[in-house]
Amino acid sequence: MRVPREGRKTVSEATWEVAIPWPNQPLAVRAAVEAPRPTEETRTEDAIDLPWQVVVHNDPVNLMTYVSMVFQRVFGFPKEKAEKHMMEVHQQGRSIVWSGMRERGELYVQQLHGHLLLATLERTN
Amino acid sequence: MEFRRNGEHLEITDLDPFLAELLRQIPTSINTQDAPAAHARLFSMPAPASEKEVCAEWKLYVEPELRRLFASAAERVADDLQQLNGCAKSLANCALRIPCEHADAWLNALNQARLAIAAKFDFTESELCDHYRSPIGSRRDLSLFQVNFYGFLQEFILREINPGA
Repeated sequence: MRVPREGRKTVSEATWEVAIPWPNQPLAVRAAVEAPRPTEETRTEDAIDLPWQVVVHNDPVNLMTYVSMVFQRVFGFPKEKAEKHMMEVHQQGRSIVWSGMRERGELYVQQLHGHLLLATLERTN
Repeated sequence: MEFRRNGEHLEITDLDPFLAELLRQIPTSINTQDAPAAHARLFSMPAPASEKEVCAEWKLYVEPELRRLFASAAERVADDLQQLNGCAKSLANCALRIPCEHADAWLNALNQARLAIAAKFDFTESELCDHYRSPIGSRRDLSLFQVNFYGFLQEFILREINPGA
């Protein structure tokens, strides 16, 4: 799991800082003296990130009922949708269960691995 | 052997000594030391090998968390299995009561054990579907029986904790 880094803030999250030339001046005066300036304006990796997908792979050991239960728990799928994906895994060898931004995908893969499913995070073609 | 839910417990009664011994072996079956195939299966990679950054960060940050999660499930199951050591006679049938709140730990530990054993013996899909093979014959046959018995127990737990699922 990636650890959030300072350099990955979005523009809207970038912190703004007011320069304080005279610490004893009232705040309103200080703000008027110098306009705020952004400390960083880098766009995040995620903001321009292409979608990723979470893929679950077939595994002859995991029980079908167990896989279906894990899908319901991790993704909140209704039973029918969970079973549809489980059958896809079973019959086609893999199923794309989610797609979106990387960090959320990593979290899902971590949860699936916590339940011992074979899951990978892949770039969407 | 009988399985049933009794209030806040899952009960396995009339458990014969052979099956009780297989249950006692859950914690040791999970041990992947000196079993690289089993370790690779329990800690599989989170992305294709070409995604070097994802895989490297995973090793660093996620794998230790998974290790803790798996160890904690195994410890809880090992604690519950202490009940089997209290059988008055070594060859007598015994019972096991699993608190429902331990069900997730049991599902996890049983799955770890099944995956680890299957990886160690490299069972084929057709072997895993052979539910009628006798456990007597070879260590491999016994291990296959063990995988299927643990799977049977998983099904029971799933059915009892998620009746509608």
